Amino acid sequence: MYNHDKSMETPATGTTNGLAIRTEKLSLWYGTFQALFDVDFDVKQGIITALIGPSGCGKSTLLRCVNRINERLGYVRTEGKVDVMGLNVYAPDVELAQLRKQVGMVFQRPNPLPISIRDNILFGYHLHVPGSKKQPKAEKEQIVEEALRQVLLWDQVKDRLDRKATGLSLEEQQKLCIARLLPVKPAVLLMDEPCSALDPKATEAVEELIWQLRGTYSILIVTHNMAQARRASDECAFMLMGKLVEHTKTEEMFVTPANQQTADYIEGRYG
Amino acid sequence: MADQKQEQPMQAATSIDAIDKRNLDWFLDKGVQVLIFIGGISAIIFVLGIFVFITKEGFDFVLSRFDLAEFFTSPNWRPTSSANPTYGALALIVGTASVTGTAMIVAIPFSLGAAIYIGEFATGKTREALKILVELLAAIPSVVWGFIGLSIMNALIIDLFNVPIGLNIFNAGVILGLMAAPIMTTIAEDALKAVPDEYRAAAEAMGATRWQVIRKVVLPAAKNGLVAAVLLGVGRGFGETMAVLMATGHSVQIPDSIFDSVRALTATIAAELGETAVGSDHYGALFTLGIFLFIVTFLINLTADLVVRGIKKK
Repeated sequence: MYNHDKSMETPATGTTNGLAIRTEKLSLWYGTFQALFDVDFDVKQGIITALIGPSGCGKSTLLRCVNRINERLGYVRTEGKVDVMGLNVYAPDVELAQLRKQVGMVFQRPNPLPISIRDNILFGYHLHVPGSKKQPKAEKEQIVEEALRQVLLWDQVKDRLDRKATGLSLEEQQKLCIARLLPVKPAVLLMDEPCSALDPKATEAVEELIWQLRGTYSILIVTHNMAQARRASDECAFMLMGKLVEHTKTEEMFVTPANQQTADYIEGRYG
Repeated sequence: MADQKQEQPMQAATSIDAIDKRNLDWFLDKGVQVLIFIGGISAIIFVLGIFVFITKEGFDFVLSRFDLAEFFTSPNWRPTSSANPTYGALALIVGTASVTGTAMIVAIPFSLGAAIYIGEFATGKTREALKILVELLAAIPSVVWGFIGLSIMNALIIDLFNVPIGLNIFNAGVILGLMAAPIMTTIAEDALKAVPDEYRAAAEAMGATRWQVIRKVVLPAAKNGLVAAVLLGVGRGFGETMAVLMATGHSVQIPDSIFDSVRALTATIAAELGETAVGSDHYGALFTLGIFLFIVTFLINLTADLVVRGIKKK
């Protein structure tokens, strides 16, 4: 359906029916507060799906269920099912480390580790590829270069790979945060408002990059920026008060929303 | 009348009150400022005063009788010998260093382990309870620790290791290590807490396990603070007096094994100063030990401080 000359491989799978993520009756509580109500949500492979909705509607929470990073908080209870590439991630024998290898995540604020640019790129790779620390240097350099090229950062940073990543500009940091996910070849990329800490120019650059990754990765992106959802996604899902209200092709949602609440939100009557 | 006034439109002010009146608030403010200033610099003045006093008392000795080579290389501390008093501090320095070294071997694993557990694993009430407990441990008076060394550890060491004397480097080292561990734990935990949570989240989202997060992200990021914690522990060990006096055995000698008695610099000053004539060579020699201790602890603390500042710059 989507042709991309950049796509290097098809994401790994079982029986997925072309779905990257599928939730069934997903409910979630933070302590006693219920943040998600019976969410049924499908994300197709190889495209960009945007999650929109007003603050506190549960869009980030939904995103964070997919790699189970929500559970860091400790007082989270989940019910229902989340399948990633056909595998239930809430099954009791799931290893979080392996899940998170498949599902990369980009945070709202760029959060490179306080180590060199090179080590940031290799961090996940060393975690997931046994013995990779002893790999020949040239191979590792190759991985670093490839990852940085994919995020259009190579030319800017190739001469300072040993510098601390925290010294980069925010735009470069966010691109690096995307780049460091790529060497372990995740199937799905989650992006939690990846541009909200960036200025308009940087936002444009990062959006462009995300668009380039489309096809190679299945991408789920949370945004509160209507314009961004509109220009940088194939499908769009609108959430309100912990419920999924509408999920359709982006152009349809912004032109002829089926739901009155969606229409109101898109037109800026609240949010 | 009042109603009429309200109906009139507001007018811009054409004159204002005087603005140079000094009222009570002004004087109060100035007074408090002066008090706070005095309070603030008094600590510095007192420390400087102590330094000047110690230096002055030791200075005569340093000028007249002091022999640098003897002080640092002779193990003979015989200040009371009537025929030929000698003031070699080597045995005392070795005593203090060996006890502090042993203490650090005991304290570093305990305190770093406790800090990692409290900072990274424990949650909620466990964490709060442990923090309070650690602070309580830090508040145990050193004479109590000395007492434990003297009465409990002494017998225990003799029994367990079959050695003639239980008051030795090992005893004092363990006691001192346990004494220093709480404060080191607190500082190390602060250092871990200062590591932004985004780093942990980033590493976890990339699939790092709890331990990988700690080893590869948190500990390297907190490295400076942890080094500072250890250095402050060393400083504490160097300066500790009472527990060391009670647990080392207090005998002047270069030790052969960890089960030999030694004597610490601090303990020497504490034990002997009361029995010397003010102004005598012996008196001066003790103050010289004091100057030496002061310089060493000052350097350790300064290093710790610089190391901590190192983190903030980055």
